Amino acid sequence: MDMDKKIATRQSYGEALLELGKENKDIVVLDADLSSATKTNLFAKEFPNRFFDMGIAEQDMIGTAAGFATCGKIPYASTFAVFAAGRAYDQVRNSVAYPNLNVKICATHAGITVGEDGATHQMLEDIGMMRAVPNMTVVCPCDDTETKWIIKEISKFNGPVYVRLSRYATPVIYEPNQKFKIGKAVQIGKGTDGTIFATGDMVAEAIKAKDILEKNGKFVRVVDIHTIKPIDEEMIVKCAKETEKLISVENHSIIGGFGSAIAEVLTENQPAKLTRLGVKDTFGKSGKADELIKYFGIDVETIVKCFNL
Amino acid sequence: MKIVSCEALEKIAKDVRREIIEEVYGAQSGHPGGSLSCADILTVLYFNQMNINPKKPNDEGRDRFVLSKGHCSPALYATLAQKGYFSEKKLNEFRKIDGILQGHPDMNKIPGVDMSSGSLGQGLSVANGMALSSKMGKMGYRVYCLLGDGELEEGQVWEAAMTSSKYKLDNLCVIVDNNGLQIDGDIKDVKNLDDIEGKFEKFGFNVITVNGNKIPDLIKAFDKAKTVKGKPTAIVAITTKGKGVSFMENKAEWHGKAPSEEQFKIAMEELK
Repeated sequence: MDMDKKIATRQSYGEALLELGKENKDIVVLDADLSSATKTNLFAKEFPNRFFDMGIAEQDMIGTAAGFATCGKIPYASTFAVFAAGRAYDQVRNSVAYPNLNVKICATHAGITVGEDGATHQMLEDIGMMRAVPNMTVVCPCDDTETKWIIKEISKFNGPVYVRLSRYATPVIYEPNQKFKIGKAVQIGKGTDGTIFATGDMVAEAIKAKDILEKNGKFVRVVDIHTIKPIDEEMIVKCAKETEKLISVENHSIIGGFGSAIAEVLTENQPAKLTRLGVKDTFGKSGKADELIKYFGIDVETIVKCFNL
Repeated sequence: MKIVSCEALEKIAKDVRREIIEEVYGAQSGHPGGSLSCADILTVLYFNQMNINPKKPNDEGRDRFVLSKGHCSPALYATLAQKGYFSEKKLNEFRKIDGILQGHPDMNKIPGVDMSSGSLGQGLSVANGMALSSKMGKMGYRVYCLLGDGELEEGQVWEAAMTSSKYKLDNLCVIVDNNGLQIDGDIKDVKNLDDIEGKFEKFGFNVITVNGNKIPDLIKAFDKAKTVKGKPTAIVAITTKGKGVSFMENKAEWHGKAPSEEQFKIAMEELK
């Protein structure tokens, strides 16, 4: 992991979209007046005829994307997660997911790491909402490499996808040649003292915790679950069998989200105790991202504490 | 094949109305009022206006239709059956557990349905996406979107109207089934829309007002819409809710109610 090179996944998204636009003429991109924040402006500049700024009208944006998809286009629709999954939920459900249309919803600024904008803009329920919707694939990449792979990969299959992206600049974890597969988690390390399941911008925190624990004689593994739906049941069960302690960490509410998804797998297949770190049934608040992850207890120190050093 | 005879079209519209009543009576559930009000509009679109082929329901270059007021599925299903997208016998399956004809249109189950709908206010955005696709690919197909007048209370309709206008979607034609009623009563009492024509005009549409239950007038309106360049058209079709069945006409209570056996017989007699 290159700790010095930090990139927010929204930036990687913008760059990947630009590349994808060169390769595939059917890609169209929609935004709702946030293209400089979601980074779709990179695509817009290069392909103005395939970029549609829908204005501050997220519901209309999702519906228009659905219309494009019925005609064989591959729309990538972007706005902040709070608007994509929240404000436009019914459009995502009824105009995209129910007809199983090929719309890629790329939601940036997910979780409390939005920072200073505070609670109204910090989406903490989207994993729960989106994974409950039939036909929807839910992915949450953790770094530059994984994001660039995912953005391209989802263009290759037909069907709606919710991509959860972050504003928070995080280290580049993977080498450019790393192989990924939708629905298959990535195991980092082989420790048997514990497993830290993480997704999105929490994977870097988990890896930092793993390194600290290692220096203190505890050997844990990190499992990067980039695909939250369909979730890698095999990997979760394997880790529950092989390791003593199980922790999940998410930049999301602990109700209905990532930890809940893991708990569902454990309950039905390999009952085990799971400690879920996440935002505990409360709204976010203003502050710097680094301060907020500490405040809400989803930072490296809180993860380390779970192992009673 | 395009049917030009108004008499022939009027006969089809009557058949559509009979089938609407049969569907809703058979299911003992569904929305007859708004289905009857838009039967003439659908008949003109599918038999006189749209460039479509029931043998090729997914043809890339076909004209598209979005039933934004998805609860009026009985009218759409009857029209599609009449047009030959599926057998008229299928209409007996309306709202039944083992049938394809869902309460609201499902594009993946029903041949000829271009978009699933049901949650009001969403169709115009979808139609915009289709019209933009047509323009991008220089495909030349037109897109029709039927909205209810009560549906105009949904904010997304106006978000979408701004988009239609921004992109100068002259290949898009919105039709408002202006029957003046919604579930809770008169639209003017529930949430007064006042001047529908003026609203669409201000949103950048070419607006045509027409008697939506008169087939020759509808044909003229749709023909005129095709000649307008540089802006989308909205046809405000003044209709009668429950049109053709005396006891249903202009009664909000028939928005979403099935007739009894006796009422069914009277309705079918009136639609002979």
